[in-house]
Amino acid sequence: MVKKKKRPGKIRLLIQCAFGALSNGHLIGFKTGKIYTGALKVLCAPGMNCYSCPGALGACPIGALQAVLNSKQYHIALYVFGFMTVMGTFFGRLICGFLCPFGLVQDIIHKIPTPKKVRKLPGEVYWRWLRFVLLGVFVILLPMIVHNLFGIGDPWFCKYICPVGTLEAGVPLVLLNPALKDAIGWHYAWKIAIAVLILVASAMIYRPFCRYLCPLGAIYGLFNRFAIYRYHIDTEKCVGCGACQSACKLEIPVWKKPNSMDCIRCGECRHACPTGAIKIK
Amino acid sequence: MKRKTWIIPSCFLIAGFLMIVLGISRGEHHTVLEKAIKICLECIGIG
Repeated sequence: MVKKKKRPGKIRLLIQCAFGALSNGHLIGFKTGKIYTGALKVLCAPGMNCYSCPGALGACPIGALQAVLNSKQYHIALYVFGFMTVMGTFFGRLICGFLCPFGLVQDIIHKIPTPKKVRKLPGEVYWRWLRFVLLGVFVILLPMIVHNLFGIGDPWFCKYICPVGTLEAGVPLVLLNPALKDAIGWHYAWKIAIAVLILVASAMIYRPFCRYLCPLGAIYGLFNRFAIYRYHIDTEKCVGCGACQSACKLEIPVWKKPNSMDCIRCGECRHACPTGAIKIK
Repeated sequence: MKRKTWIIPSCFLIAGFLMIVLGISRGEHHTVLEKAIKICLECIGIG
């Protein structure tokens, strides 16, 4: 008799909430509409957490990456890439599953009952490469190449796409600051439209931002194969029943690809495996 | 076999920490801090 693994859902939710609260612990900011300006912000948060969120205690790694790449002095972001390499090597996309506040938001919205839950889009395999395109073009190339007269570039991903900044920072700051409220225009409307689209999609599709758009997830996903925390299939125990794939909300054939770049390490597959063949290395 | 599985993560960890140290020596962390302590108007959709 194989001992059934404990369902990780509740523990994961608790860790997500605790880490979300910890990384946004500047609570006074939500009252005053002012962001934290202390030295802790030199450190990057492991997940997507906008540094302009009134509660944020750390820097967003994707925002920080663009800030270094688009500045006058640097064209390579060693500090931020180094941080991502270390985090990726330890955890891979376990960070997406357990430590990302925007992942938590999407998880909660997905619990809302809808007439139909979509497990995958037509052409799913190709859509999943979009996050690499966004990483290459909007996070790296455009901030590096396109500069104004003063030699400073824009954070293209944050400016035109990132729904995290809109939700965590744009909405609360505009509500709390009349001056910012007066300044909103088409750009704000565009960002709100993207954020609403992703949040609505989250109710039907599991983690659409993480699947298709997140550049940080794209980077961490590259480490899933090599990370210290990774899965291993015990081939003597695996019967190839596909229960892991059925349990996976991201439709990953875990028994064939235990360290897929898409896997956020939620652990549902390990719980579902009838023979306990999915091990943590 | 067990030793081999640690080679790649170890190399990545060494490279990662080295990049952090080099980045700090170049002063990149100041750029990160400067950006993070000001409201990023582009990020919130104003700017």
